[in-house]
Amino acid sequence: MRFKAELMNAEEMRRALYRIAHEIVEANKGVEGLALVGIHTRGIPLAKRMARFIQEFEGQEVPVGILDITLYRDDLSEIGHRPQVRETRIPFDLTNRAIVLVDDVLYTGRTARAALDALMDLGRPRRIYLAVLVDRGHRELPIRADFVGKNVPTAKNEVVKVKVAEVDGEDRVELWEKEEA
Amino acid sequence: MILIKNVNLVDAKGVRGPADVLIGEGRILSLEGGEASLVVDGSGKLLAPGFLDLHAHLREPGEEVKEDLASGLMAAVRGGYTDVVSMPNTRPPVDTPEAVRALKAKALRLGLARLHPGAALTVGQEGERLTQAGGLKEAGAVLLTDDGRTNEDAFILAAGLLQAAPLGLPVAVHAEDASLRRNGVMNDGPLAHRLGLPGNPPEAEAARIARDLEVLRYALRRSKATPRLHVQHLSTRRGVELIREARRAGLPVTAEATPHHLTLTEEALKGFDPIFKVAPPLRAEEDREALLEGLLDGTLTAIATDHAPHTQAEKERDLLRAPFGIPSLEVAFPLLYTELHLKRGFPLPRLVALFTDGPREVLGLKPLHLEEGAEASLVLLDPKEAPVEPARFASKARYSPWAGWVLAGWPVLTLVEGRVVHRVE
Amino acid sequence: MRHLLDFEGWSRADLESVLDTARVMREVLERPVKKVPALQGFTVATVFFEPSTRTRTSFELAARRMSADVVSFAAQSSSLQKGESYKDTLLTLEAMGVDAYVIRADAAGVPHQATRWVKGVVVNGGDGQRAHPTQALLDAYTLLEALGSLEGKKIAIVGDILHSRVARSGAELFSLLGAEVWCAGPPSLLPQSLPGARLTPSLEEALEEADAVMALRLQKERMEAGLINLEDYIARYQITERRLGLAKPQAPLLHPGPMNRDVELEGTLADSPRSLVNRQVQNGVAVRMAVLYHLLVGRER
Repeated sequence: MRFKAELMNAEEMRRALYRIAHEIVEANKGVEGLALVGIHTRGIPLAKRMARFIQEFEGQEVPVGILDITLYRDDLSEIGHRPQVRETRIPFDLTNRAIVLVDDVLYTGRTARAALDALMDLGRPRRIYLAVLVDRGHRELPIRADFVGKNVPTAKNEVVKVKVAEVDGEDRVELWEKEEA
Repeated sequence: MILIKNVNLVDAKGVRGPADVLIGEGRILSLEGGEASLVVDGSGKLLAPGFLDLHAHLREPGEEVKEDLASGLMAAVRGGYTDVVSMPNTRPPVDTPEAVRALKAKALRLGLARLHPGAALTVGQEGERLTQAGGLKEAGAVLLTDDGRTNEDAFILAAGLLQAAPLGLPVAVHAEDASLRRNGVMNDGPLAHRLGLPGNPPEAEAARIARDLEVLRYALRRSKATPRLHVQHLSTRRGVELIREARRAGLPVTAEATPHHLTLTEEALKGFDPIFKVAPPLRAEEDREALLEGLLDGTLTAIATDHAPHTQAEKERDLLRAPFGIPSLEVAFPLLYTELHLKRGFPLPRLVALFTDGPREVLGLKPLHLEEGAEASLVLLDPKEAPVEPARFASKARYSPWAGWVLAGWPVLTLVEGRVVHRVE
Repeated sequence: MRHLLDFEGWSRADLESVLDTARVMREVLERPVKKVPALQGFTVATVFFEPSTRTRTSFELAARRMSADVVSFAAQSSSLQKGESYKDTLLTLEAMGVDAYVIRADAAGVPHQATRWVKGVVVNGGDGQRAHPTQALLDAYTLLEALGSLEGKKIAIVGDILHSRVARSGAELFSLLGAEVWCAGPPSLLPQSLPGARLTPSLEEALEEADAVMALRLQKERMEAGLINLEDYIARYQITERRLGLAKPQAPLLHPGPMNRDVELEGTLADSPRSLVNRQVQNGVAVRMAVLYHLLVGRER
């Protein structure tokens, strides 16, 4: 793979997450019944950061859960490897809550679809929103994000890599290109 | 007249040649050639006397789905056997002169390998009442045995030996103590335990051989004629030691070993394949080595196949329920030619003797060598390598523990009394 | 690894991965909707040539929780009585489109034989007296829940070690995970050797400072065969409150079930908080879900 461009630097990421946190509170008309659920892997630190921002400007804590969608993937019978199943921990009742699913990149929409199915099996939220740092287009399912950090039109042979300090040691969003075989 | 040209000869006397062997009127007419209607090129090949198997289960009458005389005797000639002793544990068992005569007549009509029926030692092989040895011998039986079962009652065995002695009939025994063997399916030892399978201990064989040797001594002491005991399918080191000791002491006992005990060990059971399930079981490497020593030093004088065919489905049951037995008529000689002679330097004349003179002697038959005037029951062997292909067996048991093994020494021509009964073009 | 017949060929990393997955499955079983779609479209057959309601139910529930379709074949069914062979039974199921076979039989090696007959994945549900790998996995999982890690821990297994596939698979697995395994029982019920374990006829030696104790079921057949006398067994090998005092305080108690109360364990102990028997059963489903996930996902179909 070949590095093509930096799409967001650390400061741009911080501003985007801060803005999304505000948009969420605005859409929900406050923090009542709100909860964030981060999708493994990088959706989790992003969700936690947004919860911290909300705590800063609203003075109230919003609970954060973590969700692994491996068992809900629609491609398990086709991929050649076995993904490690990871923890799902949602330490609050989903019923009647407004849940914001948080992921780093929205692409085909299949991960979001799996996350929706998983949430439905865990409880009955009042409302589900989707927040992503980057929307790179090429949806294969009728899924859209309610909150987007940055819209980046991409080609199918390109890859959007989101790096978060908690996992990768730095905050950066990069565009890469797959080499011709 | 048949002429086998330029062929090397091997029998118990040694290897010699090349010779041009002329065959006619059922005999070897000359070793120096002559006119013949059928000429076979023997260049690079070996000619040996036809083999005699002391121990084959041909399953007729009663279990013809597994094998019958036609398929069994065809398998025999393909394996270079001109003579086969059939085991009497059929359904019903061969325990009457009529049954013996019927088998002999049928085999005669088939015109393949010659059949020498073994007859039951006891009625129904139940181990309770002796059969009529005289009548059986007259009908053509060549030995008495309850093989298929074990001889649990020593007195009956003794009485059987005493009855057979004046008739010159050997009594062959499947020497395993049933109470020690219990439901063992493989050699008892650390491997059996690891595989979670009940074990059949080597002591079961040793204990029974020791007992049978004492029974032989008893019969010897009580009889004017010499009783003859033949121990079948020897499989343990201790068993070889006991036979060696007994023969040194002059006891009239002979013993045979099978191709499977000489080429396979208990390790074969690791894959849990019942193809390898046999009684007595495949043993440890040290037992195999002891058998080889016994073959070399004359303790063991015969190779016998214990050809035991079953249906494929039966041999695919689980290890507790699959029947015991390994078939080998078609591969016995090439197997031992390759594994013992080629790979381990076992002397060829001695190997051939184990297939010819050794078994003949057990039955009281004269040795058969390749010389002018000798009966032309012969086998031509090809040293070219070929894999074992069970799908092409004549035997109904189209499976083999040696499937895929590449062997040399395949019989390409078999003659019984000068008649071609098997030929590979 | 393609099949789970025993732990031969399984690395410690593989096994820890299965146990990690079991932890996630355990959480799934706590949810209101106890189901995940991971094995949707797969078919799992339980083929129990040797009957067992508990283990078979546990496997079937595990498969269903993963959204797989389940086919049950039990020994009492008519086709085996009519003489159909194990091979034919499996080939018939294969023709119906089965992806995984959970096989139990009273003869060792039947699951091995099955791998030669079917294209699908084979899980050993217990073969003769040889192996019972999923039981060992659920026992290990239960021990890990209680102890955190098995590294350096002393685990005592008590009872009829000789005939127990639970003991054999347990010794194999626990030692692979770093534990020191001791097997104790009457001399007539002890094998000569057991890979992964130290053997002793002394219950006290095995219990001394043990971090956990597992009692095995004593089968009537052994007493009928004259191998062991019941009173003698109870007097010398029954796990009692007093004897358990030799082990570490709060050392948990396990039993693969079904239990003979007041034989292997003093009745009161069976109901005490130290007994993890119910956890074992619950964990059994989670562990079997993890095993099915590990063997079926990521394979060519």
